[in-house]
Amino acid sequence: MSQKVLLSAKEINIILHRLACQLLENHLDFKETVLIGIQPRGIFLADRLTKLLKEEYGVKHIDLGFLDITFYRDDFRRGDKPLEANKTKIDFLVEDKKVVFIDDVLYTGRSIRAALTAIQSFGRPSEIELLTLIDRRFSRHLPIQPNYRGRQVDAINNEKVKVHWKENEGEDVIYLINK
Amino acid sequence: MSELSVKHLLGIKYLNEKDIQLIFETADHFKEVINRSIKKVPSLRDITIANIFFENSTRTKLSFELAEKRLSADVINFSAGQSSVKKGETLIDTVNNILSMKVDMVVMRHPNPGAGIFLSKHVKASIVNAGDGAHEHPTQALLDSYSIREKLGDVGGKNVVIVGDILHSRVALSNIFALKLQGANVKVCGPRTLLPKYIESLGVGVETDLRKALNWCDVANMLRIQNERLDISYFPTTREYTQQFGVNKKLLDSLDKKIVIMHPGPINRGVEITTDVADSQQSIILNQVENGVAIRMAVIYLLASKIK
Repeated sequence: MSQKVLLSAKEINIILHRLACQLLENHLDFKETVLIGIQPRGIFLADRLTKLLKEEYGVKHIDLGFLDITFYRDDFRRGDKPLEANKTKIDFLVEDKKVVFIDDVLYTGRSIRAALTAIQSFGRPSEIELLTLIDRRFSRHLPIQPNYRGRQVDAINNEKVKVHWKENEGEDVIYLINK
Repeated sequence: MSELSVKHLLGIKYLNEKDIQLIFETADHFKEVINRSIKKVPSLRDITIANIFFENSTRTKLSFELAEKRLSADVINFSAGQSSVKKGETLIDTVNNILSMKVDMVVMRHPNPGAGIFLSKHVKASIVNAGDGAHEHPTQALLDSYSIREKLGDVGGKNVVIVGDILHSRVALSNIFALKLQGANVKVCGPRTLLPKYIESLGVGVETDLRKALNWCDVANMLRIQNERLDISYFPTTREYTQQFGVNKKLLDSLDKKIVIMHPGPINRGVEITTDVADSQQSIILNQVENGVAIRMAVIYLLASKIK
């Protein structure tokens, strides 16, 4: 197993600022927009972007929720182990709101497919967008593309993209791991 | 990632502490799901479950059926009363006939102890025991512990007394196993005739004075007198039973601390507990019913993930 650094902390920081600005450009005051971090790994990125938008770009209020998609996945009973759930925390209505899904890596698109079904339990959004830090091109199983992307990566199937966050792993860094 | 150590849920006896914690954590997520406006998830859309009830049930049957439907499983129901069992069909034949219709899981209630264990050795589907005679009722014990955990934060170290007909009660036995596994202290209380002779060998205390038992406990689980299982007279009259082992508001208010009152249902109001106790702030009887759906969703979800 070998690994190389795909993005360093400095590069991630620059990308986060750009993504925050792109969100700002489209959603301005976030009155009609809600951000939804996809569990388990998307919540760190969602948290970070929300903080950035509030502290650096003066957005007063952002509705931020976390969505767990475990029970909506299409690979139940296809793996060896049962799928373990995480907490869903959405304490606002998404009815008629613009929803932005936030996840760290977009790979096959199946998680986002599940998230599109799961979010319906919380209302009917007027529009759904997708923001992803890493977009693994050429690996998609479904016709799903991000509206905002941090970096596009041409990784082959036996390579794994692993995003580390300061909050969880102690440092911001993205590795490309060759299994 | 963790998974259950068993393929069937036949009794608490076959589970370990980790299994119970996994079921509780999974139930936490399902409890959030069933409190949404859309209470359904598509996880089990390719699973078919047969609910086979050879004995009467309202709560358990409804609860299982609701749990299965909230997981999007296909459900078929079968009650022995209106079936070929009356015509002399054996249990294995009945179940194998149902299974040949491509059923993946069987939820069964049966009057004979060990019916689920017997079945699990002869058929391919996952078996969930929904009560087998006076043996076990594992999902009830799980939801009881889950309700204690929800109300008091933890089950370990708590004092729980089970009051009533311990001799004929599958709820009592499953509860004893579940509570001991989680490190709770357990006592049973009731007329001597309704306490099994060797109950202490399970590591539980015995108390025949209700007031003493209630003063000792944090939680009292009040069981119903199962008249349908009483083959001989175990106590003189129901009135006398109520006087000695029934909880009323006056008794509850005279205790040193506020204890939690539980009841697996159906309640015989005025016998084991009075109406004002059943409906008091200290009672979590309806929480138990709500938690029953979440617990059964968790059990079915975790067992279904092992079906290949």
